[in-house]
Amino acid sequence: MRKEILYSLKSPYRESLDITGFKFGSGKKSIAIVGAMRGNEVQQMYVCSRLIQELKRLEKKNEISCDCEIMVIPCVNYYSMNIGKRFWAMDNTDINRMFPGYDLGETTQRIADGLFSVLQGYEYGIQLASFYQQGNFLTHVKLMETGLTDSSLLKLFGTSFGIIRTPRPYDTTTLNYNWQIWETKAFSVYTNSTDTINEKSAQEAVSAILRFMYNTGIITKTIHAAYATEIISENSIEQIRSEDGGLFMNKTEVGKHVEENEILGEILNPLDGETVSVIKANFSGIVYFVYNTPLINENTVCFKIIRD
Amino acid sequence: MVQSVTQASLAVNETLNIKKNSIKNGKSGKRICVVTGIHGDELEGQYLAWLLADHINKNIGCLNGTVDIYPALNPMGIDSITRGIPLFDLDMNRVFPGSKDGTMIETVCSAIIDDIAGADICIDVHSSNIFLKEIPQIRISVPTAETLVPYAKMLNVDFIWVHESATVLESTLAHSLNSRGTKTLVVEMGVGMRITKEYCFQLFDGVLNLMKNLGMWSGETKEPRVPAISLNGAVGFVNSDAAGIFVQTANFGDHVRKGDHIGDVLNPLTGKIEEKVTAVCDGMIFTLREYPIVYGGSLLARILCDSSDDIIEKGITQQ
Repeated sequence: MRKEILYSLKSPYRESLDITGFKFGSGKKSIAIVGAMRGNEVQQMYVCSRLIQELKRLEKKNEISCDCEIMVIPCVNYYSMNIGKRFWAMDNTDINRMFPGYDLGETTQRIADGLFSVLQGYEYGIQLASFYQQGNFLTHVKLMETGLTDSSLLKLFGTSFGIIRTPRPYDTTTLNYNWQIWETKAFSVYTNSTDTINEKSAQEAVSAILRFMYNTGIITKTIHAAYATEIISENSIEQIRSEDGGLFMNKTEVGKHVEENEILGEILNPLDGETVSVIKANFSGIVYFVYNTPLINENTVCFKIIRD
Repeated sequence: MVQSVTQASLAVNETLNIKKNSIKNGKSGKRICVVTGIHGDELEGQYLAWLLADHINKNIGCLNGTVDIYPALNPMGIDSITRGIPLFDLDMNRVFPGSKDGTMIETVCSAIIDDIAGADICIDVHSSNIFLKEIPQIRISVPTAETLVPYAKMLNVDFIWVHESATVLESTLAHSLNSRGTKTLVVEMGVGMRITKEYCFQLFDGVLNLMKNLGMWSGETKEPRVPAISLNGAVGFVNSDAAGIFVQTANFGDHVRKGDHIGDVLNPLTGKIEEKVTAVCDGMIFTLREYPIVYGGSLLARILCDSSDDIIEKGITQQ
């Protein structure tokens, strides 16, 4: 394993921001994995740290294929992590909305440029992503549909679902989108949590990434199949929104199969405790997302269901 | 008359209510919309909204048509000094046109678009953020320039910036409305979290002048100033290459020559000058840093170049 400072930014009052990469194997740039780009992506950083432990073991046993270099960047924006902010603390900009970056531009554009310059040229790219909505997800892999990456590659992760997302205008400045434009086959791995560590989901993510590396010949250690990945469009996932604001009481869990009319949750009046709304499944399917914050506003997506 | 544009229940005992003041008089079907407060830290439009409502109410006989004033499209943001939408980590100006079947914010954005659509002109008033101060200017993307520049000239601003369109800006209120055929002008002026009275009065005069040109206003107006217009990306960006405190030596509105000293990035710990900052082209400084702490990359100034030679517009064009 080689530990390298990939990009460094001076701060007026703090130590330099040194974005650190961990490299395994040598030769062709095979795969790069990027963890936390936002200050609350603790789980995403944790997954990378677990992955580094696994790769160290594999390297020791010569189970990384010849002519394959693997790079892991566990945490890009630890500046924000250390002070409890999600975005770049000075101007609240999101590094993952600044790609491909610009070396003469604003601070987060420069960070994105510095990072992107070392991430180019890899055959595969994986980002440990988080979602802007508060909630827990079923561990899954997502592909931003640019037409540049073969969607059948999602099956090589062996997660229960591979999701294809049609990019929106604001997606065009993300790492994942630009990676693909610059000819890296890029995927996002979503785990169950963001601000907190979920051990089980982290392990699922680590296994999925290692399985992908095995299936693409980057490592030689066999990682057995888990699921026959079902590939679906994000647009086909049904969203259930709250009809009222109030206290959100979840009655189900991520990954559970629910039947039509099954009660998924309730919304209570936060002042007198009366039930103001009962949330039911409109159809049977797998619970893919559950809102996880006690307070909820009207029209908030509280459940997402992958329909049978 | 104050009306509710859209509402949504918040978690505890409160309703998010987007309001507008619809002032009508006469028989004309002409309508303009003045919207502001998409970004909760941009307050210049608040005083403009008051100036317009106050003046039109006091001179209602001069109005022939409808003026819809939306002072706070993001009321929770303004109330909490939050640029985006509190709790959502989202810039509201990246959610338009929204969706009738979407999340709370998407349904709110969709309702706002529906309410404004069909107006003769919409003016979306922004301030800069807390870091930069801007002279009163209108920003127009290249594809809409031919249609919008004539109206922009009526608004009494100092500068019209015609910039390259960016895919990411397709989620703005202005793009969404322009796509639906409602001519929408984006004004940027002043600095975040403050009110610059002179700029508000300047734009106030411009709005009345626009209304007069549309045949909606018979009251007194002033001849608008002739704005500088940037075409072909003739804007120079001055970014810091060092970290420290920026202390300017040039002033807002100054005409500078390429290489002129416009400020320094200083190190308060060592007493050293980390970077001597110079102009990147001949021209007028129309953006200047207001907040002194800088990192490498922090925008210090923008210069409207006298010539478009060698200048490529690559900076962030905020809306």
